[in-house]
Amino acid sequence: MAEQRLEENGLVERLKSAAADLGVPRLIIFAFLAAMVVAAFLLELPIDTLTGNVLTRFGMNGILVLAMIPTMQVGMGPNFGLPLGITCGLVAATLSIELGFAGLQGFLVALSVAIALGAAAGYAYGLLLNKVRGEEMTVGTYFGFSIVSLMSIFWALAPYKSPEMIWPYGGSGLRVTITLQNHFDKILDHFLAFTVFGIDVPTGLLLFFFAACFLLWLFMRSRHGIAMTAVGNNIRFAESVGLNVNRYRLLASTLSGALGAAGIIIYAQSYGFLQLYQAPLFMAFFAVGSILIGGASINHATIKHAVIGTFLFQALLVVSLPVANLVVSENLSEVIRIIITNGIILYALSRRESGGETR
Amino acid sequence: MMEHKAVEEAKPAFSLGRLLKNHAVPILFIIICALGSYYARLPLQFLIAEIITRMARNSFLVISLIIPIIAGMGLNFGIVLGAMAAQFAFIATVFWQMQGLVGLSVTVLLTIPVAIVFGWLTGMLFNRTRGKEMITGIILSFFANGLYQLICLWVIGGLIPFPDETMVLPSGVGLRNTVNLKAMHYALDNIIKWRHGMISIPVMTFAAVALLCVGMVYLLKTKLGQDFRAVGQSQQIARVAGINVDKVRILAIVFSTVLAALGQIIFLQNLGILTTYGSHVQVGTFAVAAILIGGASVSKATIGQALLGTFLFHTLFIVSPLAGKNLMGNPQVGEFFRVFVAYGVIGVALALHAWRGRGK
Amino acid sequence: MLSQHVLEMRNIVKEYFGNRVLKGVSLTVDEGEIHSLIGENGAGKSTLMNVLFGMPVIHNTGGFDGEVLFQGNPVQIRSPFEAMELGIGMVHQEFMLLPGFTVSENIKLNREITRPTLLSRFFGRSMNRLDRPAMDADSRRALDSLGLSLDETTRVAGLPVGYKQFVEIARELDKKKTKILVLDEPTAVLTESEADTLLETMERLAQRGISILFITHRLQEVLRVSRGISVLRDGEKVASLDKKDATVDHLAELMVGRALQSVGCKECGDSPASEEILLTVNDLHVAMPGEEVHGISLDIRKGEILGIGGLAGQGKIGIANGIMGLYPARGAVTKSGRPVPLNDTTSALNAGMAFVSEDRRGVGLLLDQSIEMNIAVPAMQSQGKFLKGPFALADDRAIRTHALRLIKELDIRCTGPMQLTRRLSGGNQQKVCIAKALTLEPDLLFVSEPTRGIDVGAKKIVLDLLVKLNRELGVTIVITSSELAELRAVCDRIALIYHGQLEGILAPDASDKDFGIMMAGGIKGTTERKVS
Repeated sequence: MAEQRLEENGLVERLKSAAADLGVPRLIIFAFLAAMVVAAFLLELPIDTLTGNVLTRFGMNGILVLAMIPTMQVGMGPNFGLPLGITCGLVAATLSIELGFAGLQGFLVALSVAIALGAAAGYAYGLLLNKVRGEEMTVGTYFGFSIVSLMSIFWALAPYKSPEMIWPYGGSGLRVTITLQNHFDKILDHFLAFTVFGIDVPTGLLLFFFAACFLLWLFMRSRHGIAMTAVGNNIRFAESVGLNVNRYRLLASTLSGALGAAGIIIYAQSYGFLQLYQAPLFMAFFAVGSILIGGASINHATIKHAVIGTFLFQALLVVSLPVANLVVSENLSEVIRIIITNGIILYALSRRESGGETR
Repeated sequence: MMEHKAVEEAKPAFSLGRLLKNHAVPILFIIICALGSYYARLPLQFLIAEIITRMARNSFLVISLIIPIIAGMGLNFGIVLGAMAAQFAFIATVFWQMQGLVGLSVTVLLTIPVAIVFGWLTGMLFNRTRGKEMITGIILSFFANGLYQLICLWVIGGLIPFPDETMVLPSGVGLRNTVNLKAMHYALDNIIKWRHGMISIPVMTFAAVALLCVGMVYLLKTKLGQDFRAVGQSQQIARVAGINVDKVRILAIVFSTVLAALGQIIFLQNLGILTTYGSHVQVGTFAVAAILIGGASVSKATIGQALLGTFLFHTLFIVSPLAGKNLMGNPQVGEFFRVFVAYGVIGVALALHAWRGRGK
Repeated sequence: MLSQHVLEMRNIVKEYFGNRVLKGVSLTVDEGEIHSLIGENGAGKSTLMNVLFGMPVIHNTGGFDGEVLFQGNPVQIRSPFEAMELGIGMVHQEFMLLPGFTVSENIKLNREITRPTLLSRFFGRSMNRLDRPAMDADSRRALDSLGLSLDETTRVAGLPVGYKQFVEIARELDKKKTKILVLDEPTAVLTESEADTLLETMERLAQRGISILFITHRLQEVLRVSRGISVLRDGEKVASLDKKDATVDHLAELMVGRALQSVGCKECGDSPASEEILLTVNDLHVAMPGEEVHGISLDIRKGEILGIGGLAGQGKIGIANGIMGLYPARGAVTKSGRPVPLNDTTSALNAGMAFVSEDRRGVGLLLDQSIEMNIAVPAMQSQGKFLKGPFALADDRAIRTHALRLIKELDIRCTGPMQLTRRLSGGNQQKVCIAKALTLEPDLLFVSEPTRGIDVGAKKIVLDLLVKLNRELGVTIVITSSELAELRAVCDRIALIYHGQLEGILAPDASDKDFGIMMAGGIKGTTERKVS
C-alpha cells in the first residue's frame, strides 16, 4: 500500500523535492542574475561583448570547478586544498617559461608537467586527508592557505633566471604577475575562434573544457568511478563489497590535484598572465561556490552541476561588473562575488546532508 | 563493601620526555622565537617595548576564543564578526566626533548590543551546522566580510546619507580606506602609563586584560560555566540531564563575540587608525594561531595558554621580517614566513585534532 | 493511603507505524519492591521504559494509549526531565557520565548547589557560583549510602565500569525525590564480584523503601533479589508471578514461549541439507563493539539453513560480520577445505560467500542511489560483472535487464529500477539487499536480522523468500536473528550464542525451556557464577 501511494505521489514529490533542492539562496542568485541581465539591457551595455566574456570566463574557470567533483563524490567534501593543485600548475608554467618553451609546445609542456605534479601532490595530500577523515574541509582550507604562503617564500627565493619572470632591476625572486605574451597567451582561446553576431567565441577553449568534462564523465561511469561514488554514498557499504576506501579517497584527491593544476594553466593562458604569490589563496572558494550554485551538495556533485554552476556564476560576475560600476562603485562586483560564494557554501553546510545513515 | 581500588592514576614522576611531549608546540615556538630574535639583531629594549605593546593590544582577542573551546565548539573563527561590531561602533563615534575616554566608552556601549546580536546569529547558525562549527566559522567570516564591505562601500553614503567628507570617498558613497581614530588614540592606554626608557606600559589596558582573566576564571566557576564544560564534553549527556544545550552553545558564542568586539576596541584605540576594509580580516586567523601556539588545542584551552601564545606569536611577528632579511637577504621572506606559521599552525592543529579524534 | 503502588502502568498500548509493539501491558511496582522485568529482545521492555520516561521517540510517533499512575496519581510524562522531576530514576545501560568531570560533578550534573552572587542579581541563576564543598558533601552522602568509599573528587575518566555504575546509582539516590529506580541490564558489564555487590546494594535500597525496576536476562539474579516478576513476550505480559512461584526453568519457558509462524514454501521440496561440511569456523574472535565474539567454533553443513540466536549484545551478530571481514577478527575459517583469510572482505566474497547486513540502511544500501545500482555495484566491484569495453564502463543495458528480472522474481514493490532505495519501505529495502547478495551468486549466504524493523506481513515474505532460495537454488543460508520464533520456523539447526561463545546447538523443535536456558547463559553460566 505504501508503495502505491509513493508511486502516485512520485511526480508531485519529485517536483517538490526539486524545489527544495534548489533552495532559497539559489533562487535569490537566479533572481539577481535576471535583474542584472535586465539592467544590462536597460543600460544599453554591449550585450555581444558581455556574452563573449561570459563564454571565455566559463571555459577559463571550468576545469578548476571540475576539480571539485572527485573529492565531493568520494565524500571528502569540496576540495578546499585546491591551492595545492593550482600551485603545481604555476610551478609547471614557470618551468616551461624558464626552459624557453613557447607557443603550443610551451603550453603542452606546461600542461603535462602540471598534470604530473598536480597528481603527485594530490596523492600526497590524499595521504594526509585519509588521516583526518571528517575534518577534510577545515584542514584543507588551512593547508591550502599554508601552501600559498609557503610557495610565496619559494617564489621569492626560486633561482629562476628568465628575465621575463624575475624582477627587472637586479632583484631576486619572481614577479607577482608574469605575462604569457611570448609563450602561450590565449593559445586555446584563439584556436578555431570565430565571431558571430559580434560575439567572440573562444572555440578551442570551450572544446578543451568540454573534452575534459567528457573524460571525467566517462571516468565517473567506469568501474572505479562508480566505486568512488559508492564510497562517498556510504563508506560502510563500500567496505562491505570489498572496496578499499582509503585507496579511492587517494584516487579522488589525486584526480582533483591534477585537475586543479591543469585548470590554472587553462585559466592563465586565457587570462594572459600567471599570478603568483597570494593570488591562489581564495580560488578554491570560488570554485566551490560555482559548483554549489550549479546544484551540488557538499557530498554530491556531477559534471552537470559543474557546467551549470560555472556558467551561472561567471555570467553573474561578468554582467554585474559593468552594471555595478555604472550604478554604484567599482569594487562592488568583487564584494558581490564574495557574498555569493560564501553565502552558497554556508547554505550548503547548513543543510542536513543526505547520504549514508547511522543507527 | 567495595574496597577502593587503585583508582587514581599513579602520579607520573617528573620526566623531561613527558614535558617535551606534552608541551611540544610551545617549546618548539620558544626555540623558533629565540632563534628569530637572535638573527633579527634587534635591540633588546626595542623588542621588549614592542612585545609589551602587542601583548596589551592582542591578549583580549585571543582570550575571547576560550569559552567556545570549552563548550566543545572548537576554534571560533567567527570572532571576526565581533571585530566588525567594534568597527561599526567606531565609525559611528568618529562620525559623531566623540573624543577620548568618553568616546571610547560610548563605542563600548554601542558595540556590546551589536556584538550580542552577531553572536546570537552565529550561534544559531552553528547549531544548524553542528559538528561542522569550524568550517562554518571560517566561511561565515568571509561571508560576513562581504556583507561588511557591502555596507561600508555602498550602504554608507549610498543608502543612508553620511555627510562627513573626511570619512567618505570623494564620490560621497562608501567609506575611505582608513578611518582616523586620532581622537580616541590611546584613550585607554594613556589613562595610566608607566614609562621606563623606551618601554612604556599601558597600565589600564593590562588591568582590563587582568580583569578579563579574573572574570573568565570566575565565569567557569558559575553554573553557566559548569554548563559550558558539560556541553563541551557531551551534548547528549548534557541534554539528558536537562541542560538546554542549544542555548548554552549560543551563549558561548555570544560571550566570545562580545569579548572579541571589546578586544578589537582595545586593539584599535592602541593603533589609532582603523583600516576600514582590513583591520578585522585576519583577527580570527591570528588569534586562533596564537592560542594554538600557546599549546591549546581544538578541545582544550586555558588562559595561560592564551597569554603564552599571544606572547610567542607576536614575538615571532616582530622578529621574523628582520630575521628573514638577515638570513635570506629578503625581508619579504620573513613576512611570508610568519603568515605561513599562522596558517600552518592552524592546519597542523586541526589535523592533529582530527587524527586523534579518529582513534577514539 | 489507599494504594501502596509506587508505580502503576495500566494497559499500555504502543504502535510504531501500524506495528503494535505493546499490546496492553500492565505493571505495578510496590514501595520497596524489587520488581524484575524479563523478556527476549523485541519483547517490548525498552518500549515500555521509553513510555515511562516520556522519551521523544514515543511522543514523536503518536504517543501511546493507556495510563501511568505514580504514587496513585495519574501522570503525563512528556520528557525524561519530567520523569526525573516526579522521582523516577534511570541508570542507563550506556553510562550518562561526563568523563572530564569529577564523581561529584557528575552526581550533581545540572542540579548543582549554587550560591547567589552580585552578578546573579542581574543575570539570574546562571551566574550563581557553584558551592563545591556542599556538592561534594552531598555526593559523599550518596556514595556512603551505597557503601562506596570512592573519593568524590576523582575524575570519572578511567574509573572501572563497576564504579561508573555505582556513580550513576548514587546520582539517582542524590535526587531526594527518587522513589523508583530503573536498572536496565545493570549487571551485563560487571564482573562477578561487582555484580554481587550491586545486588546486595539493591536489596539494601529496597529496605530503605526505594522501589527498583530490574531489567535483566540473568534469571539467577532475578530469583535472587526480586519480589515480583513480570514476563513480556511479543508486546504482551505473559505472566506476572511471585518469586516463590518461579524457577529458572519456568521463567525460561515463559520468556521464549512458542509462537510459530507458518513460514516456508509449501510447494518446494525438503531441505537440501546434507552431512557435508561447507564451512568450518575455528576459534573465531571478532572485535565488533557491543557484539564481541570470544572464540566460537562451528560447522556449517552444505544446503542447510542454520540459525544463530541469542540475546542482543551476546555476540551472535559479530559472527557473520567477522567472517565477512567487516570487523577485526582472528581465528580460522575454511570453506570446502580451502582456508578463507579473515579481515579481507574481497577474499570472503571471492570464496562464494555473500552477506545481508543487519544494518540495512547503514551498511546494506546506497540510499541515494537507484535500486538497479544497488543491485549491480557489489557484483561489479568484486567480480567485474556489468562492465563493457576497454575502459570498463558500466553496461547500462545489462544492469537494467538484471535489475528488472530480480525486481520481478523477488517481487520488489517500486516505481521502477531507477527509484532511490531511500524511498522504499523496509521490506522492499530488505529485498533489494537480498537481490544484491544473490547477484554475487553465492553458495553460502549470511543474512543478519532479516526481519528487523519490517512490518508483520513483509516479515513472512522475506522469510519465505529465504526458504525458497534454499530449496530451489540450494544456497546454504545462515540466518542470524534475535527473534527465536522465526529461526525455529525456518532453520534446520539453531546455534545459541552467549557471552560471545557457542552455548549449544538445538533442533528447532527442542523445548522452550532448553532455548530459554541457553539464551540466558545456560546451566553452565549459572553454576560458574556460584563457583567464582
